[in-house]
Amino acid sequence: MGTLAALCTIVAVSVLGIILSYIAMRGISSISFRFLVDTPRPVGEGGGIGNAIVGSAVLLGLACAAGIPTGIATGVYLSEIGRNWFGNIVRFLIDTLTGIPSIVTGVFVYAVIVLRMKHFSAFAGGVALALIMIPIVARTTEEMIKLVPHSLREGALALGAPQWRVTLGVVLPAAASGIATGVMLSIARVSGETAPLLFTAFGSRFFPNGLNEPIASLTVQIYNYAISPYDEWHAQAWAATLVLMTLILTINVSVRFLTRKKF
Amino acid sequence: MEVHRHLDEELDELRDSIMRLGGEAEAALRRAMHALSERDIAAANEVLEHDDAIDELEVEVDRQCIDIFVLRQPAARDLRFVMSVAKTAPLLERIADHACNIARAATDLAGEPELKNDIGMGRMGEIASSMLTGALDAFTRSDADAARAIIKRDAEINDLYNHIFRDLIELMVKEPGTATRDARLLLVAKHLERIGDYVTDISELTVYMAEAAVIKHRRGI
Amino acid sequence: MSMTPTAGMKPKFEIKSRAAPSSHAAKISVKDLNFYYGRNQALESISVELPEKMVTAFIGPSGCGKTTFLRTLNRMNDVVPGTRVEGDVLIDGENIYAAGADVVDLRRKVGMVFQKSNPFPKSIFENVAYGLRINRLTSSRGELEARVEEALTDAALWTEVKDRLKSSALGLSGGQQQRLCIARALAVRPEVILMDEPASALDPIATSKIEELIFVLKQHYTIAIVTHNMQQAARVSDLTAFFLLGKLVEVNTTEKMFTAPDEKLTEDYITGRFG
Repeated sequence: MGTLAALCTIVAVSVLGIILSYIAMRGISSISFRFLVDTPRPVGEGGGIGNAIVGSAVLLGLACAAGIPTGIATGVYLSEIGRNWFGNIVRFLIDTLTGIPSIVTGVFVYAVIVLRMKHFSAFAGGVALALIMIPIVARTTEEMIKLVPHSLREGALALGAPQWRVTLGVVLPAAASGIATGVMLSIARVSGETAPLLFTAFGSRFFPNGLNEPIASLTVQIYNYAISPYDEWHAQAWAATLVLMTLILTINVSVRFLTRKKF
Repeated sequence: MEVHRHLDEELDELRDSIMRLGGEAEAALRRAMHALSERDIAAANEVLEHDDAIDELEVEVDRQCIDIFVLRQPAARDLRFVMSVAKTAPLLERIADHACNIARAATDLAGEPELKNDIGMGRMGEIASSMLTGALDAFTRSDADAARAIIKRDAEINDLYNHIFRDLIELMVKEPGTATRDARLLLVAKHLERIGDYVTDISELTVYMAEAAVIKHRRGI
Repeated sequence: MSMTPTAGMKPKFEIKSRAAPSSHAAKISVKDLNFYYGRNQALESISVELPEKMVTAFIGPSGCGKTTFLRTLNRMNDVVPGTRVEGDVLIDGENIYAAGADVVDLRRKVGMVFQKSNPFPKSIFENVAYGLRINRLTSSRGELEARVEEALTDAALWTEVKDRLKSSALGLSGGQQQRLCIARALAVRPEVILMDEPASALDPIATSKIEELIFVLKQHYTIAIVTHNMQQAARVSDLTAFFLLGKLVEVNTTEKMFTAPDEKLTEDYITGRFG
């Protein structure tokens, strides 16, 4: 039994290792400082993913600004107050949202925001990503808060703390590392989304000039290059993939490091 | 919902031990009084030889009580029982000692001339014996009312003692030749009176054990 | 100066007896308390008075309601949904269940120490300061530090932690954590301290430290302690209350309770005749 489990583990880990090394192998040759800083150029003129990196950062920033507070607040509501029938409905809806394919979210935002505004925008892209983030953050927050032992709450209540104070001052800090993990993992997930961005942020060849315009992102750029007929752009797609994987790995490693047990 | 406790076995063993000790004290007293009235030196020697066994029995009861106290931490009724047993054992041992003293006196008196009149020593011994039997019975049954009845009889013994005292003093004055004999008899009466006091103590402990009422050192009970 | 006979002489030594509970005023007065968890009645017609600056122990088998009763005294049962209280609980003459009663103030006045120590995952200093901060009881950093030191000293913990106030409370041993929780409760200067089996998770030495502490604390605080350890109740309390199946069977001085209780049920429980 033990050897079987060990074998499966080796297989799983090897697959990841193979993927990473293959990407590195294909992509490393195209990485250069210019590549990381330039905007895309027509075939044959080099170019880079500078604007895509910035664009991804902007979209991520927007998603976090909208998604994290909303998600945490929802999670707090569900765990502290939502033990009634209404809370159960909300919980069910959120669970459903988690399962919605991201492309559906993208189409939804397209219909509701892009069509109204009559153009693509970073704003719409941020909203789409936020809608994907919120259910994940909410559920993780709820679970982490539930893990805080009841005795901790009682200790604070017995000292004369009103309920809101207990939640904000004792429960949330105690659940903080768990919530942070959930947030970081949702960021990692969302930074890999492509489909929703196709309908909302759309893409661009320039550095962003405001939130009301279409904006480039690493994932869309990889998509565009990969389906193109040009070898040079294929090579750039591999390189961009390598950059994206590195970013995501960095986020994951940071999560582990920053949330190590201190108290 | 009664739970069988380890303690119950140990309390039963303790009850057996104190009853045995009581029985030994009763037997010693009876034998000593018999030796006195029948001038039976063999009986008197029996009492003296047996006293060591009684002392050992008292030490054994002590040990059992301490063990129960420290190992079982008895409470309420059980606590009062063990405490009363621990206090009764030395009383019984002293009663047996007084019986030994009576036996020694019996040996000494065997060679002396008999009294012309009955001064009541026999009756005093009877009362003391029956009081002891009654007190031990009340103790094992935790019968506070019976114990109170025994306490009342102590007055009888004290009265008898006073009579015997006066009679013997008169006799010593009138017939100084037998003064030694009379003095020994007086001491026997004193031993019996002390035995009466100890029996009263045992009965007071019985009342405490049964009702948690402390009646010693008090006039009314 | 004539030599009078000994009949009227007083004994030359003082007979020290433990103060009778009746000599102390009633700090907490419970009248006909009924308590329900939903449809279940957990407490039935409880009436008892807890004398001030004395220790009252609540004993009884598991599930008899003693912890539920303890928690009605600082309204901690309010946080459990579906609970209902009937009857009066008067502290210093005021009914804590009256409409509009200030629960936050009640909980400052009536502190609680729990069965399993529950220090916050903060530093030792912050744990003790928590109650002071949220109730805004101090006006300067210096005053805060003084109050924290005072509380830790009263809980017999100061010398052990004074050099590591900033370190995590979770690094303390079980017995120290429990004393920290006591210090945390003492910091807000309550008048009553409720203890729910405070030593049940501790080893004998830590337990006896807590018991010694209770002995000292009762000079200043009224203490109610729930314990399933009868010897502990006998050791620390002045008054003992025996609960069974939600009813209060008997309340008596501890000596009387353990040597000659009034009720047969009580005696059966104390002598271990029912589980």
